[in-house]
Amino acid sequence: MQHKTMSCLAFDDILLSRKRLRRELLACPNLKDVRIAVLGGTTTTEMVEFLEILLLRDGLRPTFYQSEYGRYYEDAVLEPELVAAFRPDIVYLHTCSFNLREYPGVACSENELDSFVSAELSRFRAIWTSLHNSVRCQIIQNNFELPSTAILGNLDTVSAGGATRFILELNRRFAQDASAIPYLTLQDQFGISARLGLNQWFDATRWFSYKISNGPEGSFAIASSCAALIRALLGRSRKVLVLDLDNTLWGGVIGDDGVDQLVLGRETPLAEAYTAFQEYCLSLRARGVLLAVCSKNDDEIARQGFAHPDSVLKLEHFSAFKANWEAKPENILAIAEELNLGVDSFVFVDDNPAERAIVEAQLPQVAVPDVGSDVTDYSSIIESYRYFEPVSLGEEDLARANLYAENAQRATLSQTFSNYGEYLDSLEMTAEIDAFCPTYLERIAQLTNKSNQFNLTTRRYTLAEIDAASRNSQQIGLYGKLSDRFGDNGLVSVVLGSIDDRRLYLDLWLMSCRVLKREMEVAMLDVMVARARARGLSELVGCYLPTAKNNMVADHYEKLGFSSLSRNEETGATTWSLDIARYEPRSRHIRVLEPVHG
Amino acid sequence: MDNLLNEVQNIFRNVFDRPDLMISRESSASTVDDWDSLNHINLITAISKAYKVKFALGELEELKNVGDLLDLLHSKIKSK
Repeated sequence: MQHKTMSCLAFDDILLSRKRLRRELLACPNLKDVRIAVLGGTTTTEMVEFLEILLLRDGLRPTFYQSEYGRYYEDAVLEPELVAAFRPDIVYLHTCSFNLREYPGVACSENELDSFVSAELSRFRAIWTSLHNSVRCQIIQNNFELPSTAILGNLDTVSAGGATRFILELNRRFAQDASAIPYLTLQDQFGISARLGLNQWFDATRWFSYKISNGPEGSFAIASSCAALIRALLGRSRKVLVLDLDNTLWGGVIGDDGVDQLVLGRETPLAEAYTAFQEYCLSLRARGVLLAVCSKNDDEIARQGFAHPDSVLKLEHFSAFKANWEAKPENILAIAEELNLGVDSFVFVDDNPAERAIVEAQLPQVAVPDVGSDVTDYSSIIESYRYFEPVSLGEEDLARANLYAENAQRATLSQTFSNYGEYLDSLEMTAEIDAFCPTYLERIAQLTNKSNQFNLTTRRYTLAEIDAASRNSQQIGLYGKLSDRFGDNGLVSVVLGSIDDRRLYLDLWLMSCRVLKREMEVAMLDVMVARARARGLSELVGCYLPTAKNNMVADHYEKLGFSSLSRNEETGATTWSLDIARYEPRSRHIRVLEPVHG
Repeated sequence: MDNLLNEVQNIFRNVFDRPDLMISRESSASTVDDWDSLNHINLITAISKAYKVKFALGELEELKNVGDLLDLLHSKIKSK
């Protein structure tokens, strides 16, 4: 059998060739039996055929019991002995919004709505209780997709008589029950259908013809999510994410390009995409998924990548780290041994199709999603396979969740401010202001060429000129990065001055408009004055050269306390001076980090 | 039209997992083994998907055999 086709089964393959796939997968060794009773409010055969393939792919051999279409209530409450005799390991109750018995109707009042919701909930509670008493196994129950039509339009979600509102209320109550009842596991059909899109979800022809309310893509989405829940309930969710480095966790090849040239951070769209993928990996780790590195690299060089200032992932986030020139399957086996986990709990992510192919061929139990080579897609492709599905969150996760809750509370407390300074303080801003360094030269040059508004002189520089300035002892160049409670704004400000005698002439002062009115310019001035003072300088001289776009900084130096030296009546250019000896640091709302580059 | 028959025959073969299944314009649910209601859904879903066409309610009920199905499919492809 060809594992190449098996580990990444796509919807189209399964739709067309499910019988052949079933036959081939059934021939695999070491399948674990699982008995699943499906009680449906719709015709469940198509979804069950998809589910069977997906479970077989994951090493499970399911045997199914299926109720007749629409008899989920009768099978569960009136004749539970039939289901009990099947001895299921799991009962899956699959229903849809067409199965809800009584919608409130537009005339329903706010007071009456609850009785409609409670009535529907009681009907389902009777199903769950009866099944629990007679079958005693885990029950998977879906919540409901939004109605196919919202006859009240936008009001449908507001009015007590709206079908949308009714389903939202009912789903909330289902979630409360699922959280309180240990044997009840909720499947979020509301979310599944929304992700696919309700217009693609519903298929009226199939509903009228076959009593399947959704299209085949919908059946596949339901089956995928159900397979993930079943794996999770059987303790077979995957636990380890094994990651390649070059062009997977960062752009570029660290061995060739060096750490400074890695594409990572906030400075370009591609850099942002790699950072976002690192953040996704970190969020998986925060909920208990172990991270491991498997990279063809020199160990020492590979580790340097995580010292990149914009690397969200740090070395300590990895439970295993294999960077060497051995074949990847061998390294993955070594990681499995180190972590004392089977490779069947591993997911391997690599942008290189050749590496994926060899891991797939050598270690068929490892999940190897075809992530392609565009970092923008990695996380959504990994997500679509629901490898790491949890059924509940452990105590450790909850402790972490509590921490998040406290943060959220802090955020709500500071919604009103008595003055602007208080607002700035609430942003919890931190700035990194330091001398030009190799990592940022490209971004600095780029900013000088695209900043037009907050730009005192609008002088453009090439990368070579910025590089030269960074090495020239008669120039002082500073970059500023600003972070706040909502995240990292990246490199947003540049000031460059040339020393002449005891004066520092400010050739360039620019800032990105995304951090206007944050007093970032005050923090930049503080650091520039400190650097100039350390060099024994006595005066800063700045000039403003007006353009069609930079009027917003006409009074920049005046506001910073510089005194006027001259004004050119013809061009409107002004020059300004600041006495370094009398200067006191002024930044009050931004915490400036200790410099690293000196 | 012969081409269409061949293509549709391939879909039949996949859906029924019978690589050597032969169908003709005269084939129907009563002459092809396993052509039950479930496989009928799978067949129609696969054909709709392959040709990006949609069968209206009632259209399918009037078909007597594969020939009728091919004619209906042909007219849908042509009018696209």
